[in-house]
Amino acid sequence: MEGHITCVICPVGCKVSVRKEGVQYTIEGNRCARGEEYARNELMMPKRILTTSIGVSNGTLPLVSVKTPRPIDRARIKEIMKEIKNLSIAAPVAVGDTVVEDIDGEGTPLLATRAVSCNGGREKTTLPT
Amino acid sequence: MLKREKTDVLVIGGGAAGMACALSAAKEGVYVTLLERESSVGGVLNQCIHNGFGLQFYHQELTGPEFASRLIDDMNMENVKIISQSYVRDIDVRKRVAQVLSPDGAYEIQAGALVISTGARERPFGSLLIPGDRPAGVMPAGVAQRYVNLENRIPARKAMILGSGDIGLIMARRLTLEGVEVVSVLERMSYPGGLTRNIVQCLEDFDIPLHLSTTVTGISGDGRLRSVEISKVDENFTPVPGTSRTIDVDALILSAGLLPQVEDFSDDLEVDPMNRGFLVSNTCESSTEGVFAAGNNVAIFDLVDYVAAEGWIAGRHAALFSRGVNTSGDRVPVFRGKNISVLVPGIVDMEEHLRLYIRLRKPMEKGVVVLKELKIEKKFSYGVPSEMIQLVVNRDKLQPLMNYGKLTVEVQ
Ligand SMILES: Cc1cc2nc3c(=O)[nH]c(=O)nc-3n(C[C@H](O)[C@H](O)[C@H](O)COP(=O)(O)OP(=O)(O)OC[C@H]3O[C@@H](n4cnc5c(N)ncnc54)[C@H](O)[C@@H]3O)c2cc1C
Ligand code: SF4
Repeated sequence: MEGHITCVICPVGCKVSVRKEGVQYTIEGNRCARGEEYARNELMMPKRILTTSIGVSNGTLPLVSVKTPRPIDRARIKEIMKEIKNLSIAAPVAVGDTVVEDIDGEGTPLLATRAVSCNGGREKTTLPT
Repeated sequence: MLKREKTDVLVIGGGAAGMACALSAAKEGVYVTLLERESSVGGVLNQCIHNGFGLQFYHQELTGPEFASRLIDDMNMENVKIISQSYVRDIDVRKRVAQVLSPDGAYEIQAGALVISTGARERPFGSLLIPGDRPAGVMPAGVAQRYVNLENRIPARKAMILGSGDIGLIMARRLTLEGVEVVSVLERMSYPGGLTRNIVQCLEDFDIPLHLSTTVTGISGDGRLRSVEISKVDENFTPVPGTSRTIDVDALILSAGLLPQVEDFSDDLEVDPMNRGFLVSNTCESSTEGVFAAGNNVAIFDLVDYVAAEGWIAGRHAALFSRGVNTSGDRVPVFRGKNISVLVPGIVDMEEHLRLYIRLRKPMEKGVVVLKELKIEKKFSYGVPSEMIQLVVNRDKLQPLMNYGKLTVEVQ
């Protein structure tokens, strides 16, 4: 676990370096403690929220936007995108609907972020959260 | 005679600003009509499917469509009449009458108060002065975003992005996720235009190179774009001889920034020459009484939270005006001191809290925002033009301005 990481937590954008010396890690370049934790996580397993869209059949729109409600392993995003490309769901869709139960094998679902009504029908109403 | 309808508050444009405005006006108990030219409200939020919206306004990180749907749900609980597919062609600012074109024909709406929230449009290609052909495949980033996120059309196989503002960076990631090869992002400045977070998460995550001090100096292809010529530029943006090379791409995505959409109504309302949007007070009132403006047609705001907050204030004052309640007090103009480009508002009204939005001219490691006549100073470190500085002054503290007759804002 060694390398250089740009901390993105605040606009300062510190260049944080992580080096291994024996069993100890030296973390340098961060101007505050948040940068240390960020760099550690980025080197061990960077995670990102994935937002994209998938096809809708019989809807008033051809696509519905979706997201993972929590960050997923960045390294797997490419292969997950390939899977998503082959999916489509049927209208109506409401905001918050589960589109895929488990997209990353870790139990992270894919949720709709927009409502799409059936072609010719009314939009499915969403309950205010 | 054209058919004429009546309403208390008429909101023109149903983006984040217009929706927040309609909602807050309705909460004041007046009749509100919201006109939107597209078939659904939401504005640019509908195509911004990434997350990063709403941390201040809803205290939650949402995607653009989720932010819009929260506002739509809230509006549905209030008395707001939403009319989509209605384009406002013209307004009479003194009589507060709007002329509307819709699939059902043309009609007029007479309003007690008007709010203009028509957002921004992308800087046109012509303004970039790139020599060469004008083939298909050269498009603004927002248009590409619309194709990919709303229309299910992928506009390229191999693309280059010109301009490193956040929209360009977000499109670099979006196109890559959809299987397009993004060869590089070019920026003619010596520093990136977008947020560090987007540089890391949209470019570095996908190994997309960012070339600074570089621009497109030629375009070729007949019918469809075939290649672009790129060159290094000096600090005056003049191409450096001997640095040009040709790269084959079938799309050039332009992220040249946004311009407030004012031209439809700018003959009658004052425009701030630097913000390039409507000149407004901190009650969001334009240069004409009873006509308000909020959102990206006032200035380009970087956060939807600011846009919605301003819409909210506009809605409240518009509602009060339409009921004949005079909410405006003494006013003084705001002057721009050094190091500032965008500055909102242009006028301070003593009756409302002052929310200042400031954009720096250039990155500054350290600085102080000085409100001269109020003797208020705010220090900041690592200020960048891509992130506005927001400052709020309680209206109780504004009285000293009356002695000076003005407010000067500068950054030292
Ligand atoms: C690509 C991109 C990414 C962004 N990312 C973020 C982010 O991560 N986080 C964040 O907080 N903010 C982000 N923003 C900023 C934020 O989304 C915008 O500032 C905000 O949504 C603008 O709202 P608005 O209401 O001013 O304008 P708009 O959304 O443009 O709304 C204007 C509306 O008016 C309608 N209209 C215009 N003229 C007329 C007329 N004559 N008659 C009738 N209707 C009319 C239009 O159709 C449109 O619906 C981003 C913006 C863009 C473009
Ligand atoms: S390390 Fe601290 S100061 Fe530096 S960018 Fe990260 S959060 Fe900001």
